[in-house]
Parts: sequence; C-alpha cells; structure tokens
Amino acid sequence: MKAPLAAAVVVALVLAAAFAAAVPGGTAAITVVLPYVAFFTLIVGVAWRVWQWAASPVPYRIPTTGGQQRSLPWIRSACLDNPDTGLMAAIRVAIEALTFRSLLRNSRAQISAGRLEFSEARMLWLASLALHWSLLVIVLRHLRFVLQPTPFFVPPLDALDGFLRIGAPPLLITDVLVVAALLYLLGRRLANPLLRYMSLFTDYFALLLLLGIALSGMAMRYVAPVDLVAVKEFALALVAFHPVVPAAPSALLLVHLLLVSTLAVYLPFSKLVHFGGVFLSPTRNLANNSRRVRHVNPWNRPVPTHDYAVWEAEYAERMKLAGLPVEGTVEGTVEGTDHGG
Amino acid sequence: MADKPAIDIELKAPTGDWSDARVDFRKGTFSNASLPKDLAHLGLPNPRKWQPTDLDWQLPPDWKQTLLEGMKDRLARYRSFRVFMDVCVRCGACADKCHFYLGSGDPKNMPFARAELVRSVYRRYFTLSGRLFRSLAGARDLSEDVVKEWFYYFYQCTECRRCSVYCPFGIDTAEITMIVRELLSLIGVSTHWITEPAANCYRVGNHLGIGPHAFKDSLEFACDELRDITGLDIEIPIGRKGAEVLFVMPSADYFATPHYYTLLGYMMLFREIGLDFTVSAYASEGGNFGLFHSNDLMKRLNAKIYAEAKRLGVKWILGGECGHMWRVLHQYMDTMNGPADFLQVPVSPVTGTRFENAASTKMVHICEFTADLLYHDKIKLDPSRNDEYVVTYHDSCNPARAMGLLEEPRYVLQRACRHFHEMPAKTIREYTFCCGSGAGLGNDENMEMRLRGGFPRANAVRHVREEHGVNLLACICAIDKATLPTVMDYWVPGVQVAGVHELLGNALVMTGEKERTTNLRGEPLAKKATDA
Repeated sequence: MKAPLAAAVVVALVLAAAFAAAVPGGTAAITVVLPYVAFFTLIVGVAWRVWQWAASPVPYRIPTTGGQQRSLPWIRSACLDNPDTGLMAAIRVAIEALTFRSLLRNSRAQISAGRLEFSEARMLWLASLALHWSLLVIVLRHLRFVLQPTPFFVPPLDALDGFLRIGAPPLLITDVLVVAALLYLLGRRLANPLLRYMSLFTDYFALLLLLGIALSGMAMRYVAPVDLVAVKEFALALVAFHPVVPAAPSALLLVHLLLVSTLAVYLPFSKLVHFGGVFLSPTRNLANNSRRVRHVNPWNRPVPTHDYAVWEAEYAERMKLAGLPVEGTVEGTVEGTDHGG
Repeated sequence: MADKPAIDIELKAPTGDWSDARVDFRKGTFSNASLPKDLAHLGLPNPRKWQPTDLDWQLPPDWKQTLLEGMKDRLARYRSFRVFMDVCVRCGACADKCHFYLGSGDPKNMPFARAELVRSVYRRYFTLSGRLFRSLAGARDLSEDVVKEWFYYFYQCTECRRCSVYCPFGIDTAEITMIVRELLSLIGVSTHWITEPAANCYRVGNHLGIGPHAFKDSLEFACDELRDITGLDIEIPIGRKGAEVLFVMPSADYFATPHYYTLLGYMMLFREIGLDFTVSAYASEGGNFGLFHSNDLMKRLNAKIYAEAKRLGVKWILGGECGHMWRVLHQYMDTMNGPADFLQVPVSPVTGTRFENAASTKMVHICEFTADLLYHDKIKLDPSRNDEYVVTYHDSCNPARAMGLLEEPRYVLQRACRHFHEMPAKTIREYTFCCGSGAGLGNDENMEMRLRGGFPRANAVRHVREEHGVNLLACICAIDKATLPTVMDYWVPGVQVAGVHELLGNALVMTGEKERTTNLRGEPLAKKATDA
C-alpha cells in the first residue's frame, strides 16, 4: 500500500512537470520559483536540523566499543573500533562516513532445524556505498552547469566516469551504479518481509524520487539530448539571481527540475538527513576514555541520596552487636527510610 | 524448571501492521508491575497496585501530557535521543542482530522496529512532517495502547547494544530503551524486579536488602568455607577506615550461587597478594538497577560508592565481576557523582602498575587488576586443578560493548585453565549475544522470553560443546551467573556457569595452603594427570 502510494506521488510529480508548459506560468514556476524555494528550504532546513542536534548536550560518554579497550600497556587495543583519543574517534567517524564500515560487519542470521546459522551479507553495504558515492560524483559533475568556468576537476571526473567508452555520449558508470543500487534497495525493501513490514511511505518515496531524478537526467543524456549550452545559460542565470525562463524547455528538463526541487524541499524534513547520525552519534564520535578523562554533563543535577549517617542510624544497634565499626554521628535511630529526602 | 515447556524457535514473515499497538500480555513473556511500597520508598510517582494484564493501568489523569513533556525534556537533554529519533533509515541491518528477535520471531523485537514504536510518537508530536501528514509520515498518536506496547517491548530489550555495533549510524537501542523506561517511570509504569532491588539497595545497601549484620554473617560464612578449602584463615574486613582499596562487588557474589565461588576466588587472591582492602556494608552493592529505570535513580544508587570511598579514606576502588555495574562505573559514575578528587590514581601495590586508564574515575576492574598480576608473574597458578573443565568464555554485553574489556578476562582464563575454546567469531567479543535476562528482565514470570532471548547464546555454546566438549561457560557478570544456568539447562544441558575468578581461585597456589582436595564448589578435584 505504501509503495504504490509513493510510486503514485512520484508519477504525479512527473506528469505535473511534463504538462506544466501547457499551463500559463507553469514553466516559470518549475524553472524559476520552485528552484529558489527548494534551495532556500534545503539550506535553512538542513542548517536547522544540524543546529538542533549540535545544540543538544551530550551528558554522557557512551561510545559503542567494537574492540579491545586501551588498558594495560601490553594488551593491544583496537584503536579504531575502540578509540582512546578524540583524534582516533574522528578517524573512526571518517572511515564510517567514507566506507560505511559498520554495514560491512553485517551478517544474516537464519534458523534452520532449531539452529541459528550465520551467513555473509555484504550486498546492503555494496549497494549503499555504490549509491552514495555515485550520488556524490553526479552532484560534482553537475557543477559544470552552475559554475563558470567549469571547475578544473569536473572534466577529468567526467572522463573517468565514462572510461568504459560505451556509446556516444559515453555511458557514465555512476549512472549505471546509481540506478542499479536504487533498484536493488527498492527490490530488497519489497522482497524482504521484515523490511516490508517496517517500511514507511518515506522509505519508498525517497528511493523512487531519486530513481525518477536519475532516470530523467539520464534520458536527457542518452535518449532525448537537450541543448546543454542552453541549460547551462539557464542555470548560470539562476545562480546569478537573474533568472530567465527558458523559452521552450524540454519536458524532461522540467521533470528533472521538479523532482530535484521536491527532493531538496523534502530532504530536511525526512530521514534523508541521516548523515547527521554518522557525525553526531555519541556512540560513535566519542573516545572511550571515560575513566581516564572526566566527562562533564552540563545538566548534571542533584538527586536525593540516602546518606551514610542516616543509614548507620537505622542499623547502629545491630552493627554494634555484630562488632561492626559505627561512627555514631546521628543520635538515635531513624524509623524506616528517608523517603528519598 | 520442573517441566520443560517446548519453545519453538521460528522466524516467520511478519503479518499485520506494526502501527497497531495492541499487545497480548502472554504469560511468561513480561515482567510483573512494581509494588506501591517500593515506589513509595524511592519517592517515585503513582504508586499503586496493578498488573500489566489489567485492563486499566490506573495511569495518572495527565499521563499523556507527562509523557510528552518528558519526551520534550529529554530531546533537549540528550543528543543521543534526538539524533536516534531522526536518523534511522530503516535499512534493516539490525533486524536479525537482536537476541529477542531471533528467539521470539516477534517482528517488533527487531531493533529498528522497537525504536520505531517511540519514533512514531516523536514524529507525531515533535516534527512538522508528522504533525502534517500523520500516518503517511510514520506518525502515531500516543494512546494507552501505545503505553502498554512500550512497556512490553522496552522491557523486552536487555540494553545489550549489539544492534548498535551493526548500525551505520551507531543508533543504540539501549539508549532509546533507557529513555523510554525513564518516561514510563514518570507515570508509575515500571517493573517489580527492578524497583524492589533498587529500593532495597537505596535504603539497606544491596538488592536483597541484607542489613550490615547479615552482610557480615555472609562474609564470615565465606571465610569458614575458605578455611575448609585452603586451611588458611582469611579475613574480609568490613568498613575498615584507612584501607588502601575499597572493594565493591555485585551483592549476588555473597548471596547467590555460582557467584559465591567467585567471591571465594577474589578473597583468596587478595589474601595471597596481601591486599590492604576493605568492603563496605553501606555500599555493599556494585550492581545498579537504577540503570534499568532512570538516570536519576542510577545516580542515587551509585552515589554511595564514592561517598563510602571518601568516608573510609581509601586511595582507590576495585570492582568485582559484573556487567551492568561496569557500564555504570565506566561510562557514568565519574560524570554523575565525580570528580573523585579525594582518591588517587590506582596503583597496583604488588606490581606498581599505574592504571592510567582509570586515572580520573579511580576504579579498576578486577580482571584488569588480576591480568596485570599474572603478566608480572606475581601469583602462581596450577591450572591442572581446573582440568575437569572444558571452558568457553561468554563476553558480557556491557564490558564488551560499553567498555571493550575483552582480553583481560581471557588472559586470566587461559592462565587458569588448560582447556579453553572460543565460540564462533560472530557470537563473541563485540558481537557477543546477551544472556537474554539482562537489564532487569531476569525474573521468573518472564521465563519464556528469557529462554527465547538466551537461545542465540545457547546455540553458540552448543556448538563448542559438540565440537570440543565444553562443559563450563565462564563470564564476568552477576546477571549472567544468575540466569545463564537456567538457559544452559534448557538449551545445552551439562554446561555449568562460573566466574573468571572462581577458576582463578581454583588454580591459585597459596602460600601455606593445605593440599587442595576439592575445587571451590566442594567437588573433588580430578586425579592429578600423570603427564607433568
């Protein structure tokens, strides 16, 4: 139910964009108004989310330790999975962000004949890595449209991406990877009953939206090539805040722009801001040195305690009989408990 | 257990909709409710007589507002909570990592599902998309059914952190469980097996509520037993001012078996090295069931340790074998109740080793302490005294995943016994499986769920039992020692459970001791092997 609904929303967006030119002001809305709104929402929204996370305190030092602690000098510690310094914790986070190391640990557990068995499960790691790295390369490639002159690293990146030299224009590897990864992640979500059970509308919507963006973009390259010079002129004008509504934009461009704008608006309010977790999780970005260096909790507050004198007063007589040392700082016996006071 | 109920372990494809909050409180799968007397002792809200099977939980009239304000407050105080509410992408890497999911097949025990139970409420009341799009954005209204569901599933998590190891964002269900349990405690929803020990610990000093005089009796009994075994007079000083070291252990070490044999092991070691130490009747509990209830209760119980160290004027603190106790000591104590500026950086009086890793908290784990002694050859062991045992080691969750104490206990074990075999790599060290009874779930009414949760651990033990004839599961956790024997009896009969320092005590060659004829359990030692 959720997957078809997500697909329907994406299809509706595609259709809306494709026929926008037929509506007065439709083209202007998609090519000028929406991109600005979307960009503004993205920047402000993401900044707001990051601020919310970063502004909240970290009362305790709670790293999840994935290896041997640093304790005695002759025991080899796992400095990466159980970092002992802030620097090593930063490296742990960086490696996590760049290689998705935790996903690489993944395994699959199955019950067969009353036994629990484990098997390797690396596909999720592979698909996630392919998706994210491809998206990064694709975003960098797109800088050619919004920056003049084209940044120095873009042409070599393009060349590298197309080094297979299949077809003209050459097929870009990241295009293939991003679509394959999205299809795998989508298929997995639909086929795995556990994932299907827990998946929300947003899980399908995010994948389908990205798929729509990738496919519309690829169509403009491989199927119905658009006038790249015109697109660049349009994009540069947009970036320079002198927007010009294109005279007769390709329907594909409108689809691509609308979907990208939707993504930008949607991103700050959805799970797509998950990068925050990689960098800000107290279980990952802190060193496991809480016994060596005192961690301060900014809101550490007083709590009622049952102090020794009150405790001793209750047991003093019995303690004396048992020959236990008694300080006798509180006279007489206190009945029962201090009720948390 | 008298009769052995059949427990089918099966992972079926889930049916229905996870957002349906209704829970069937099936006997054997949940813990009883707190008693009013314990909540009153602790000054906690809404003390009343109730049970989870009641239709009406007698929540306070403003329960909903209390929960939502509590959530708001904690979102502002814990970055962990806010980030973990926001960043899950439901990739499902954690799904089959939870022992409760693997043992019960209940899809809401998948860590990302468990978190979603509270995340959905977070979205509904604290995010724009959830407020606008409700169920389409994965948001759910907070209802009494949701409260009951939270109670069921957040008391079906042992805060073991295994899912957190696999999560690409480090989302830690333990953290979420701790916060949800704290929220529930605000409206008087908690469990008897947690609040009773906590109340006892707060008022009397330990979980069972053993007063100082009875505490002394237990320790004297241990001394008598040690005399029988070793022929030596061994003393356990209580509340002795000016001792160098305060020793804190989980109370189970002096009132439960097989923990008790570990106590014997510690005391033999201290005697042999001439440690200048004392125990305390006031701080006679290392365990901290406050951890399973709320931040404040954890802090209240933990406060006794530093207070007592200060009163007694010791130099540093040594801690016994206990899992969750060490989570509190390692990751919370110094922050909550420190700074311990009245103590000194721990230095082993025998080897001179300065425990730099405990320079601020000033508390050392007994396995760190003993490993250091062994490394410097300061004690003599005769591992043949443990020859009847084929040993494997169960990493307790907290020392493994909230500390990284992996090698120290292994170092001790491999010196203390001659037959040692590791369980499969995916089930030990940071991947270790929980006993299934941690975080306050080890009560008898919850037995079916405990056995289910213990299944993955037992499965790995069965593997080494079949491969190597393992008959002893060593561990360094009081909850393990209390509950794994039951789990082993059910799934892998013939495997006993022991503390690392029990095996050390067996092997420890003591100055002036008589010839040992039994191990610490009083079982006759196997005939000395003729091969030297």
